Amino acid sequence: MIKVTIDGVEIEVEPGTTILNAARKAGGAIVPPAMCYYSKLKGSGGKCRTCLVKVTAGSEKDPRPMPKLVASCSTGVQDGMVVQNITSPEVVEARKGVVEFLLLNHPLDCPICDQAGECHLQDLAFEHGAAKTRYEEERRKFDKIDIGDKIQLHMTRCILCYRCVYTADQITNERVHGVLKRGDASEISTYIENVIENDFSGNVIDVCPVGALTDKTFRFKSRVWFVKPMNAHRDCSKCCGKTAVWLHGEEIYRVTGRKDQYGEVEEFICNECRFDKKSKSDWVIEGPREVERWSVIRQNKYEIGTQVQAPKNIGYGNITV
Amino acid sequence: MQLLTNRSKVVVNKEMTLMEKLYIPAIFGGMMITIKHLFRKKVTIQYPEQKREFSKVYRGKHILKRDEQGRENCTACGLCAVSCPAEAITMVAAERKKGEEHLYREEKYAANYEINMLRCIFCGLCEEACPKDAIYLTEELMPANYDRSNFIYGKDKLVQPLGTSAHPKTYKPYTK
Repeated sequence: MIKVTIDGVEIEVEPGTTILNAARKAGGAIVPPAMCYYSKLKGSGGKCRTCLVKVTAGSEKDPRPMPKLVASCSTGVQDGMVVQNITSPEVVEARKGVVEFLLLNHPLDCPICDQAGECHLQDLAFEHGAAKTRYEEERRKFDKIDIGDKIQLHMTRCILCYRCVYTADQITNERVHGVLKRGDASEISTYIENVIENDFSGNVIDVCPVGALTDKTFRFKSRVWFVKPMNAHRDCSKCCGKTAVWLHGEEIYRVTGRKDQYGEVEEFICNECRFDKKSKSDWVIEGPREVERWSVIRQNKYEIGTQVQAPKNIGYGNITV
Repeated sequence: MQLLTNRSKVVVNKEMTLMEKLYIPAIFGGMMITIKHLFRKKVTIQYPEQKREFSKVYRGKHILKRDEQGRENCTACGLCAVSCPAEAITMVAAERKKGEEHLYREEKYAANYEINMLRCIFCGLCEEACPKDAIYLTEELMPANYDRSNFIYGKDKLVQPLGTSAHPKTYKPYTK
């Protein structure tokens, strides 16, 4: 076990852990945000640069600081390493710049986008970004590509995190989905309009941090904050069958994987569970999911686990229980 | 029980004195209050002849605005509904089809938009939340009605009529 200090918090981690995972082990506000890194996808990370941190001491043996800010998702920890995340103004400033870059070509059509309310880019821009853009040029445009009747692709919203590409590579058996062209013109696409036929292809919706890949069966049906997430399960021969169903009254509007506090699904689910089982009789509903305190999805919903007791002696001015 | 204000009096079943039984001092005290009010400035306004001046920030009936080309601004993003403290707004979104570009400004539009005017408290938070400048609270008064169901305003009553321009009585100019 080796010792790392992140923002003054000392943690012991296994050798070979990245700074991001060490911070996640400690938890709290010191965890750098991540747009492209996904712990369940091998090889992901290192693309979006939102997780930049400052290493003020490389290790115990060589305490010199690292010359530049490093991406915490792909930098391993060393014994005695000292890392600054939110306590370094340099990091905060750099992150603000990264958000500005990510938003350069983003259409900002959040009122239309189905991801709004659970979008990581929205959260990131809200927390770290500037309120105004300095970009004056026209934003990039793409021809509309239809990638099947289950998944909707909006290339203009893509931030090129490559998460869906890794998902397609690792979860599906054949490579039907990838990034074409280079630089500014690069775009997520399927090869020669190959429809994604794999049983687990729907998971690209869950891994997408923005609204580039969304559920076509949920398209414009409701906003995420008008539907209620519930834990549910069913016997599925292909996947674990443990999902989150989003209820609108008694109707299931959509089915997603169960996402943890970093927005990563606990287990990938199959397309049958995601797209075809939209009836309440298909599922055993366990109970409402816990929603983060700051999330808009929490709006107008009752909480679980809070019980309010009435005062025992009700009388004027009596407020003690 | 300890009282927090002096507004309430503890009721007691005490025998009245002779002065109290006569009631004359109490009647006289009451008449004094009545006469005092005769000489005060009147608060009533003779309504149809005389109209009360509206505040500059008066918030009345809602309007769903159109842009200069007559397209509906609303894109059914749901921010007005989520910001509404009275939960008066509901909507159903739909996708714009080909050939409807002159009707709706964005890819998505509100196929159904309802405000329950009995629930609405005219706080103006919907106007504040709207990212598309679509919903406005005009200076128009909410008309009365005989039926509760008539207070649920749909798109037929809310959308700005085609061909109308924004004039001060129906829409406040947007000032930052």
